[in-house]
Formats: sequence, C-alpha cells, structure tokens
Amino acid sequence: MIEFSDVSRNFTVGDQQVQALRNINLTLGAGEYVSIMGPSGSGKSTLLNLIGLLDRPSSGVYKLDGMDVTTLDDEQQARVRREKVGFVFQSFHLVPRLTAAMNIELPLILAGVAAEERKTRVKQLLQNYGLADRADHRPDQLSGGQRQRVAIARATIMQPSVLLADEPTGNLDRTTGWEVLKLLEGLQDQGITLVVVTHDAEIGARAKRQIHTLDGRILSDAQRA
Amino acid sequence: MKLTDTLQFASGSLRGSPTRTLLMILAMSIGVAAVVVLTALGEGARRYVVNQFASLGTNLVIVLPGRTETAGIGPGMLLGQVPREISLDDAEAILRSRAVKRIAPLTVGSATLSRDALNREVVVLGSTSELLEVRHMNIGVGKFLPPGDIHESASVCVLGNQMKRELFGNEQAVGAWIRLGDRRFRVIGVLATQGESMGMRTDELVIVPVASAHQLFNTSGLFRILIEAKSRETIEQAKHDAEEIMFQRHSGEKDVTVITQDAVLATFDRILTALTMAVGGIAAISLAVAGVLIMNVMLIAVAQRVREIGLLKALGAPPAQIRQLFFAEAALLSIIGSIAGLVLGYAGSMIIAQIYPSLPVSPPWWAVLAACGTALVTGILFSVWPARRAARLDPVAALAGR
Repeated sequence: MIEFSDVSRNFTVGDQQVQALRNINLTLGAGEYVSIMGPSGSGKSTLLNLIGLLDRPSSGVYKLDGMDVTTLDDEQQARVRREKVGFVFQSFHLVPRLTAAMNIELPLILAGVAAEERKTRVKQLLQNYGLADRADHRPDQLSGGQRQRVAIARATIMQPSVLLADEPTGNLDRTTGWEVLKLLEGLQDQGITLVVVTHDAEIGARAKRQIHTLDGRILSDAQRA
Repeated sequence: MKLTDTLQFASGSLRGSPTRTLLMILAMSIGVAAVVVLTALGEGARRYVVNQFASLGTNLVIVLPGRTETAGIGPGMLLGQVPREISLDDAEAILRSRAVKRIAPLTVGSATLSRDALNREVVVLGSTSELLEVRHMNIGVGKFLPPGDIHESASVCVLGNQMKRELFGNEQAVGAWIRLGDRRFRVIGVLATQGESMGMRTDELVIVPVASAHQLFNTSGLFRILIEAKSRETIEQAKHDAEEIMFQRHSGEKDVTVITQDAVLATFDRILTALTMAVGGIAAISLAVAGVLIMNVMLIAVAQRVREIGLLKALGAPPAQIRQLFFAEAALLSIIGSIAGLVLGYAGSMIIAQIYPSLPVSPPWWAVLAACGTALVTGILFSVWPARRAARLDPVAALAGR
C-alpha cells in the first residue's frame, strides 16, 4: 500500500525554486500494475524516487504499508528500502567488477544473510531467469537483455513488495525490451506491486492503471477496462 | 552486513583498480620500511657502543688521577702542582674492598721496539696478569703475564696479534727476544685478534709487567686502575670503597676520579636511544605523507565510484555501512602496506648488515610496532573524510553519476 497525501517536492536550482511535484495525492494498492508517463521534467522520475525512499518529500506525508516513512531517519529508510523496495534502472547499474551471481547476491550481503543461504537463493534465481550459464560472467560479457535480467533478479532477491522500474526498456532493442517487460509483468502476477516509468505510450498502455504527469501534477489517472 | 563480507567487498573494490591500490600500498610500505630501516640503524649504533663497552670488561670501575669536575681553584693549582699520582700501593690497597673481585693497574707509554733490523714506535701497556680477565682479552699463543708481586719487574712481554705478524711474520714468536727502548724482553705470549675496542687497538700493543713499564718509562704513577666488581649489584659499593680508600691514602684529598662503566654506558645508551627515536620519528612523517596520499586517492575513488555508492544506497545500504566499506578499504591498504613495508625494511636492514658487518643492525620491536600502528591509524584516520563524503551522497544524484 502506497499513500501520498499532499506531497510536494521542491528543488533549488541556482536561486530559483523549481517545483518538481505539486501537492500529489495518490494511492497505489498492493499488487497493482501502474505505469507513469509524461514528458521529461514532468516529475515522473521524482515520483518514483519518492516512492522508493531515495528522495524525501519537501512537504506532505508518505505512508508505505500504513507506516509514515517520511519521519524515518536515513538508517531506518535504508532498512525499509532494503526490505520492501526493488529498483530496476534504465542503465542497469550493475557493478562492473562483480560477476552476475555476485551482483544478484549484493542485497543479501548488505542485509547480512548467511553465505550458504545466499548461494542457494542466488542459484535459484539464476535458474528462474535463465541465467544459470551466465553466473560467472561479468556485466561487460553479457548482452543488454541479460544485464537487465540480472538487475531484475537483484531487485527481487529480497522479495520486496514494490518493484520500481525507471525506463526498464530504454536501453534495449524492441524484442529484448518486450521480453524484459513480460518478465516484470510475470512478477506482478505473483503479487508484487509494479510501477513502470516510461516515455513509451505503447509500453505504458500495457499497465492496468495509467498515470500521466505534467508540470509536477497528475494530469490523468485512468484504469484500463 | 557481516565483517567478512565487508572485507571481501572492500578487497574486491581494491582489486578492481590495481594500479591505484599498488601505488597506495607502495607509499605505505615505503613509510613503514623507512621507520624500520632507520630505527634499525640507530639501534645498531646503540648496540655497537654497548658491545664495545662490554668488550672492555664487565662490572668495571675505573680510577683515574685528577678530578675531572671543577671545584674551584685549589691552592695547589696556583702553585703549579699536578694532582698526586696513583701508585701501585694505592692499587693494591683497593683490593681490600669486599666488593672488588680483582684489579688491573695500567701504565701506558710509547717506546721504540726493535727486533734485529726492524724498528718501530709502539704503545706499551704495563699491567698485571689480572688484565687478561678484567679486559676480556684472549690469549692466542703461549701465556699471558705471570701472576706474582706487582712490584716485581720481569723481562717478559706479550704481543698484540698484528704486532707479532709485523715483527715475526709466520715465524714462531714465543721464546724470541725483542728490545723495548734499552731493555730486552722475552716474548711469552701472543694475544688473539681482538679488533678495536674503544679506540685502542689491542692488536698493536705490547704488554709488559707494570713494574717493568715503570722502569722503562722511569715513572711510578699509574694511568688507570681497572677494578672489576664482584657483581653488578656491588659496582656502586666498589666505586664508593675505591673513593674512600684513595681519599684516606691521599691524606684526605679527593684527587682521583672514579667512574663506573655502567654510568658511562647508561649515558651513551640514553643518547643513542633518543637518537633512534628521533630518526624513527622523522621517518614516521613519511607515514603521515602516505596517509595524506591515501586520503587523496580515496577521495578520487569516491568520485569515481559515485554510481556504485548510489546503487548500494538504492539497495538499502545505510550510511554507516558505506562508511565501513571505505574504512575497510583503508585498513586493508594499511595492513598490506605495513606487511610489505616490514618485508622491505627487514630486507634493507639485512643489506646494511651485509655492508657494515660490525654494526649489529636490527630494528627494535617497539619501532616495528609503532610503524605498523602509525600506518594503520593514519590510513583509517585519513579515510574518515572520504568515507563520510561517500556516506552522505544523495542517492538520486549519485545514481545519475553526479
């Protein structure tokens, strides 16, 4: 459950105040499939960062699963992020010196999970995502699609309740993009809340609920029949 | 995050940029090696001096004529009198002290030594049979001076090793006759090679009974009395007794100086230890410089790995964890640098020991500990700032590489 009430986010650029988000009221239910669309600078990425606790609202209250997370300190927010949120980025953000398996393992390491359990969970996930034979390859030895699959595996290994994808297909060709999207939609079928930020109307149209942003406001919020 | 994982991750990122890592380890190790080598040199010098003193004899108390302290001008000095000389009887009287094990009176002079057509000026030492023990000398061939009444002269002499070689070459020396000034002496022994000790080359000496030396130089005074105390504990007692006895025998006048070898040794020891520490301290500055280098490179590393730090934050790493990762890197660098520095330092010490075999070069344990400790502390201390900077990065900006 994601609840935004009257959330704004201001940036100071030079001596000018820029309102990236203005008084957003938004509720996303558990297990929803939502796409956020809008032109550059419309505030869609800021919205995603706020949902993922990477950023703090300038005003307003954000409740995640009923808990007010705006008042948490950095350590507590990091903990919530680790346990409840998974990120998928346009540019994958894999650590170049680590193998695919180690990249997937990273959140477990940060959470202090025991080594044996880490190994079995990573192995399972590699199998699920068809990466078993790529486990010991470094990111530069993987194709774009494989890289994004590694990134998705990493985002889901902590079994988060929310998966946030910022232009997940932006750096991929059309076919691979569709494959990755199908993968994400499969995860949503299993109960995860999926939020996809995109430019691409065709991709955005696949989501059940489509949100359009413009100038820091929600322009439209429509459910597909 | 577990400690082993932290270390593993840190070592992974160090291996990720091998050139940078190697350079930092090099800087650290040079600092540590400098401390090790320089303190090893200082410690070597100290041990060299201590050994020299030890080769002079153990538990030594030395009596020399005259006061070395200034105590105003006595009436005697105005009349041009020299301090009263120390006689052989004075030397014998000191043996009355219970704290004294043995004594060796010393007279020194130079005389012309000749054998057949060979002539040279030599330093002649007049003493007794006790000198061998007191001064820790070793006899090579034949015998040392015979024991007996110290007032009795005898026409026998003992040659230093080099003196024997110069005069006799490979010939047998014991039993041969040589001439010192206008007297003839029979060679009864040759000293083993002793090398130099406290500026006196015993290898070039000729030793004769003290009474014979007095006749040769036409004197009756002694240059020194060497006293060996019974033990380390009785050194002070022996010194006190010697002063007392001389005071009484010289009709209540303090006209001799009694020094203990320990006191001299302790002074040298203090000076050289202080010197070693000073040199070690200067070398430690290079460790501080290495620390600044680590900070510099760490800051660059933070800048280069901004996206990775952003990612770690997005994956739920709290600021403390990110700080720890950078501390772990600094600690690893310092530890590896210290170990490399120790290896380098010990190798350097060994090379110096090869070049100067007489110098007992070995780094003192406290310097080794201090060098490694300083390396570790500076490494971690200088990574505080970069680590904090990394931990405080804004995750959104960091992910975007800003």
